[in-house]
Amino acid sequence: MSAPALVLDCLGQRCPLPVIALARRIGEVEPGAIVRVLADDPAARVDIPAWCRMRDQEFLGATEVDGAPAFDVRRRA
Amino acid sequence: MDATSGQAAAGGRVYLDAASSAPLHPVARAALLAGLDDGWSDPARLYTEARRARQLLDAAREAVAAVLGARPDEVSFCASGTQAAHLAVLGGLAGRRRAGDTLVHSAVEHSAVLHAAETHVAAGGRAVPVPVDRAGVADLTAFTAAVHGPGVAVAALMSANHEVGTVQPVAEAVAACADAGLPLYVDAAQSVGRVAVPPGWSLLSASAHKWGGPPGVGVLVIRKGVRWSSPLPADEREQGRVPGFGNLPAVVAAAASLRARAAEMADEAARLGPLVDRIRERVAATVADVEVVGHPTDRLPHLVTFSCLYVDGEALLHALDARGFAVSSGSSCTSSTLTPSHVLEAMGVLSHGNVRVSLHRDTTEDEVERFLATLPGVVDELRRTAGVQGL
Repeated sequence: MSAPALVLDCLGQRCPLPVIALARRIGEVEPGAIVRVLADDPAARVDIPAWCRMRDQEFLGATEVDGAPAFDVRRRA
Repeated sequence: MDATSGQAAAGGRVYLDAASSAPLHPVARAALLAGLDDGWSDPARLYTEARRARQLLDAAREAVAAVLGARPDEVSFCASGTQAAHLAVLGGLAGRRRAGDTLVHSAVEHSAVLHAAETHVAAGGRAVPVPVDRAGVADLTAFTAAVHGPGVAVAALMSANHEVGTVQPVAEAVAACADAGLPLYVDAAQSVGRVAVPPGWSLLSASAHKWGGPPGVGVLVIRKGVRWSSPLPADEREQGRVPGFGNLPAVVAAAASLRARAAEMADEAARLGPLVDRIRERVAATVADVEVVGHPTDRLPHLVTFSCLYVDGEALLHALDARGFAVSSGSSCTSSTLTPSHVLEAMGVLSHGNVRVSLHRDTTEDEVERFLATLPGVVDELRRTAGVQGL
C-alpha cells in the first residue's frame, strides 16, 4: 500500500470529531491518494468506514501507528 | 430558549423511549394496588392468608403462560429481564455441560446475554458470536453452521433487536437448533406484549416494564424436557429456579398488564406501525445526511433508529430533551463506557448522532408530528454550531 498523502492526528478527540476532520480535509489530497486518520475514540472504527460508505470514499482498513489506531481512506473523487 | 422550552412545543413532555421502559399500563396500576392488599403474605405457607397469595401467584403464572404459549409450570418470575437472561443462558449451559461448553449467540444480543456469555467464557467456556447484516439480521447460514459445530450446548437469538427494531429469523433458528439437537434461547424482551414470538424455542426471557408492567419483574420460561441447572443457590421458590421471596404484588400487576397488552396488541401494532413508517420516511426526507437503520420491513412496530452525520449524540439528546422530547441513543458519548453500541458496530452503520425513538400505547399522532416538526431544526442548529454544514 502506498504511503498516506495526509495524516490527521485526531487522538484524544471524541466522535464525531475525527469523522468531521476527515470530511473537511480529504479534499486536500488528489483523487487516488490516501488520508490516514489517527483516532483512539472507540467509535472511530465504526464511524469512519460508515462515513466512507455514505460519502462513496474507499475505506482501506484499520492499522496501528505507534500503538494508536489508524484508519486509511482513499479519496475517490 | 423560548417559553415553551421543555414542553414539546406547548403540548407537554413527549416520552418516546418505551424500549427502555414503557409507562405503567392502567391495568398494571390497578392490579398492583390489589396485589399490595392481598399479596403480601408468603405463598409457600399453609394458612388462609398464604393461600390467598398462592392463588394470586398461580393466576399470574397461568396468565403469563397463556400469552407466551407455555405451560404454567414452565414459567418463573424473577427480579428483572436481565436476571431472566442470565438464568436462561447460564442455567441452560450448566444443564447441558455434558453436551459441550459452547454458547452460540448473535452479535446483537442484549448486553445482559453478552454479559452472561462473558461470565461463561471467564469460567472456561466458549462463546461463538454470529454476525449480522447491515440491517441487523443474523446471518442464518453462519448461525446454522455454528450450531452444528462441536460441543455446542445452547444457542441464543433474540426475537427482535432492542436498539434498531430488526426482527430476527427465530422460526428458522428454531429449525436449525432442532436439527442440531440443541435448545434455542430467545430473549423476547422487546417483543412480548407487542408482537407474537414464533413457537419452538426452549428457553425464553421477558421483562414486565417493557410491556407496561411494573419494574422489577422478569419472566423466565423453560420448556418441559429442557435441561437446565440453576447457576445460583436454589431454594423451593419458583420451582427451584429463582431463589428468594418474590415481589408478588408486582408479579400480579405484570401478569394483568400482559393479558391486557395481548388483547390490544394487534390494534396497537396497527396504530403504531404506520407512525413508525412515517418517522422513517419523514426523517430521511427532512434531515440531511441521516441514516435510518434497522430492517425496513421485518421490524418491531414501535421502534425506529437513525443516525445524523457529524452530530454529537449526547448534544442531540440534550437538545431534544430541552424541547420536551425523551429519546434514547446508542452513540458512544451517551454511554457510561464511552463505547459505541455493539449493535450499531455489528451492523456497520454510523454510530454517532444516533437517536432511538420508541412508541407506546399513550403515544399520539400529534406527539409524533411535533417530534418530526422539531427534529430538523435541532439537527440543523447543532450542525451550524459545529460548523459542519455542507461537509
